[in-house]
Amino acid sequence: MAAVQEPKKTPIGGYVGFDTIPTQIERKLLRRGFAFNVMLVGATGLGKSTLLNTLFAAHLIDSKGRFKVNEPPRQTTEIAPVTHHIEENGVRLKLTVIDTPGYADLMNNEHCLDPILKYIKDQYAHFLRKELTAARERYITDTRVHCVLFFINPSGQSLKPLDIVALRQLADICNVVPVIAKADSLTLDERAAFKARIKEEIEYHGIKLYPGQLQVPEPLDEYDLQEQALTDAIRARIPFAVVGSERTIVVGGQPVRGRRTKWGGVIEVDNEDHCEFTHLRNFLTRTHLQDLIETTALHYEAFRTRQLLALKENRDSNTSPNK
Amino acid sequence: MSMSDMRARRGGKKAFLFNMIIVGQAGLGKSTFINTLTNHPTIPKRQCDDPAQCTLEKTVDIQAYTVETDEDGMKMQLTVVDTPGFGENIDSSTHFNEILSYIEHQYDDVLAEESKIKRNPKFQDSRIHVLLYFIPPTGHALREIDIELMKRLCGRVNILPCIAKADTLTPKELAAFKMRIMEDIAVNEIQVFDFPCDENEDDDETMQENLELRSLLPFAVVGSDDTLLVNGRTLRARQYPWGIVEVENMKHCDVAQLRSVLLSTHVQELKELTHDVLYEAYRSEKLSQLEGLAEKLAELNMQAQEQQPGSV
Repeated sequence: MAAVQEPKKTPIGGYVGFDTIPTQIERKLLRRGFAFNVMLVGATGLGKSTLLNTLFAAHLIDSKGRFKVNEPPRQTTEIAPVTHHIEENGVRLKLTVIDTPGYADLMNNEHCLDPILKYIKDQYAHFLRKELTAARERYITDTRVHCVLFFINPSGQSLKPLDIVALRQLADICNVVPVIAKADSLTLDERAAFKARIKEEIEYHGIKLYPGQLQVPEPLDEYDLQEQALTDAIRARIPFAVVGSERTIVVGGQPVRGRRTKWGGVIEVDNEDHCEFTHLRNFLTRTHLQDLIETTALHYEAFRTRQLLALKENRDSNTSPNK
Repeated sequence: MSMSDMRARRGGKKAFLFNMIIVGQAGLGKSTFINTLTNHPTIPKRQCDDPAQCTLEKTVDIQAYTVETDEDGMKMQLTVVDTPGFGENIDSSTHFNEILSYIEHQYDDVLAEESKIKRNPKFQDSRIHVLLYFIPPTGHALREIDIELMKRLCGRVNILPCIAKADTLTPKELAAFKMRIMEDIAVNEIQVFDFPCDENEDDDETMQENLELRSLLPFAVVGSDDTLLVNGRTLRARQYPWGIVEVENMKHCDVAQLRSVLLSTHVQELKELTHDVLYEAYRSEKLSQLEGLAEKLAELNMQAQEQQPGSV
């Protein structure tokens, strides 16, 4: 077969003005606003709520920890979505945070993952139903989970069996970004060793985290190379070792977000020498937010294919003469 | 009182025997704490090179290590029982029984030894005198696994709850956390070793000491296998980019006080409680169980005989 030739560029003489297409798209998108749905998974007490509030610089969710003695410990994982409308420089974001209190809290955690997986799949199913409706809406409200922030306990040793199972099952159906919570309990050496260990285990168990390998056809142009370099840098850093804080402390006369421990140590959230919060924040909100939403569509497609095939099989077996 | 205790009391050259067990999930710094306590690399770092091995479902791997200590002039033969693997499984509900069995097994050994006609003069008392329970520094309150473990074991062993890796907490968080844990313990009617004071026997100084120690519960623990040079002194410490935590510094954590309790000031009391109260309770239960079984057996025999009057 003859090689596909690059389309010849026809020269135009004079300014037409279709270079405003991006601006037109932008205007439409800005009017519609964006939606981002993030789910937090991890044992209680790992600072999930605090980290999320730190990421978006607002008190979006409350900690679901047990703070009162009279409250009984939760017996199942509860799914608690909370939606906020936030705006920055004219860009409106409808942010939905799905907390999962109760995960990994019991002595027997065999079923703590079920409600979480069910929720993610239900959102896909809901979207599919809306898509398949004869008279469907112009813009379907997207409740699909775009990103799961998976919180790893800073034990400094290895992943727990439950973590491995959870990561594997979650990464199969949506974007998972693991973070090492409360990273201020690890020295820098311990942190490096822990990360290396986690990466080893993730690779050993074949868990496909976000960002996956970019599938871009050769030859790569400069833009692709740049993007690949950025993605590689992020992949090298995962899991992010983070610390969150909604409180400000005064350091060197300046108020910064951080923690002051009992023994006088001062951890600054936004200080790159202290933790990788800024890297996570930039990754999630400044560079890969849109990509996370787009990649979710790929997971959704896989779900959709499975569902429709299953429906087809069901229909065939029902109408088969052998029945 | 066991024979080794009596010999030590008489001022013999034999060192005090003291056995402790340390329980808590992986990565809470239990081994490091033991090494800090004994000032000796007692428990080796947990090596886990094979990713396949590390995440298998396991039983609790109960291991005892013995080391000689000398604290405040008091020589001790300290045995520390480590329990790696506790709470690590997806379903960890069987782990309590494994630890409880271990503790009761030591009681069984003593019970058997006491009942012998000819006792072994070299018998080593391996009854556990104190259980250190390591709570993760969530800052919230106790978890189900924490409450369950302490509830099930407090009737068989002296429990000292500790907050692991306490260097991550701010002073407010630590104080609030300690208060909530003690409240949880009270509400769930868990009996921990809370430095009891006897008004008749103790003098004011001892009572004051005990009240102070009680107010520290649960002990905020930090451990370190490494030493650092701090202000010209070599200390056990942890180095972060944002500062240095000194393990022995009372303003940084409660390790110094805890070490004193475990290796000198309250050793005798913990041993006495174990022998006079906990062991005795176990002994009575066990013997009445056996009596009950014997009675039942006799009953069954009689019933069998009544049903067949001809046969003997």
